[in-house]
Amino acid sequence: MKRSTLPLIAILVTSLLASSALTACKKKNANPFPPSGTVAGWEKSSETRTFAPKDLWQYIDGDSEQFIQAGVVSTVTSDYKFQGQLEAVVDVYTMGGPDGAQTILERGQTKEAQAAHVGDEGLQYSQSVSFRKGPYLVRIVAYQSSASAPQALMALAHGVEANL
Amino acid sequence: MTSRRDFLKEAATGVVVLGAQGSQGLARALEQKTEQEKSRVIIARDAALHGPDGKLDDKRVGDLLDRVIAAYTGRKRPVDAWKYIVLQGGAKDKVIGLKTNGLGGKGISTHAVLAYAIAERLQQAGVKPGNILIWDRNARDLEACGLTISHDPSRVRCFGSDSVGFEDAIEKWGSTKARFSRILTRECAMVINLPILKDHSMSGVTFAMKNMYGVVERPQDLHAGGCNPGVADLNAFPIIRNKIKLTIGDAMTSVYEGGPGFRPEHLWRPNALIVGNDSVAIDQVAWGILEKKRAEVGLKTLEAAGRPPRYIGTAAAETHALGVNDPQRIHVLEI
Repeated sequence: MKRSTLPLIAILVTSLLASSALTACKKKNANPFPPSGTVAGWEKSSETRTFAPKDLWQYIDGDSEQFIQAGVVSTVTSDYKFQGQLEAVVDVYTMGGPDGAQTILERGQTKEAQAAHVGDEGLQYSQSVSFRKGPYLVRIVAYQSSASAPQALMALAHGVEANL
Repeated sequence: MTSRRDFLKEAATGVVVLGAQGSQGLARALEQKTEQEKSRVIIARDAALHGPDGKLDDKRVGDLLDRVIAAYTGRKRPVDAWKYIVLQGGAKDKVIGLKTNGLGGKGISTHAVLAYAIAERLQQAGVKPGNILIWDRNARDLEACGLTISHDPSRVRCFGSDSVGFEDAIEKWGSTKARFSRILTRECAMVINLPILKDHSMSGVTFAMKNMYGVVERPQDLHAGGCNPGVADLNAFPIIRNKIKLTIGDAMTSVYEGGPGFRPEHLWRPNALIVGNDSVAIDQVAWGILEKKRAEVGLKTLEAAGRPPRYIGTAAAETHALGVNDPQRIHVLEI
């Protein structure tokens, strides 16, 4: 390899690395919430709220401690409504890494939990779906129970997953 | 809600009257006296409080409230009971606060129907609508309960500390510092505490005393050590001791695990209201209720789970002397 081509290769490699880092960064900061109508039947019914770790208590009180210990970096949340009736909340916790997301997902798991095929690992109950994907921990909880809730929640979970 | 002075009067009268009935009568009177010295906690239940659709029956909630307040005050007619509560609370013609808890979100917050039923009965007892103030940390928490924000002085008011702020002065009790909501310091002469019973990931149980975290600016500073001594210290501040006259605890819906947030997988319906004026005794009883449910579903005790509500013992200790946690000294009346 000619000596003169080395700087060119170095610049190329650096550009590629910078570009992929930027993409990852963009992805990390992307809005995870599907806009109204993107997932059939679901409307985004509130503004998105964002919490830094130091302010997380304002949203989830004492629960914040376990997230902080597991390395939460930021939290975003939004309300949703399914077919104008079923109300739900979507919380997306960005953790320091996949381990933190796994720690939270496993905590509080009960024998009623069913495996949900969403993200890297998911759990479903009749009124909630939780999953992790990379450093993200997503929790979707419906305030009411209904026959259509499990399927609707899974659809919304996939909609969120697609944005992560 | 008999005061010590009232009680001594009643006991003295009783002994004189019973004097002629001999030693058995006296023994009975002393037994009665011991019972009356206990902290009273009334638990009223209605198994049909939630309909088949899972929704609360508003009418039954009102009836349950009337039943528990009648048992607590010894006055059958709700209007008499509430007049008595207002008078005993020193709040005649003054503002009465109803402190809810909406932090857990829509699924697990103090039910609006309970707050409104109390507000309605207070009005029937002669309290002006504008002198009733339903409040919590902020508008969002109140709305999570299903309440409607109102600043209109001609109606029952409902707003959060976020709209009026906190006192500039930092109060101290022991090593604990706090800035109190102006709703508590400036508006309310008396507060009726309306907590909701929940499991809590740090303190084990959140109910009567823990609900006071919603009256200070930085509750997060009080969470260390499983909220011990934070909860006990906070409740020892004179402003709380003097103004919280009654707790009507919402145990109609609860979470026995995964709290304080809404966890539908751990949701449970005790269908109960828990009433008393000793917050420590109420929390002690509530702890027992929560443990019983946890045992039923095969969960570890809160002690084994590493989060026993130690603050209850601290609150009862001589250092704080906020109430009674010894089950032998709590008279639980289940109706």
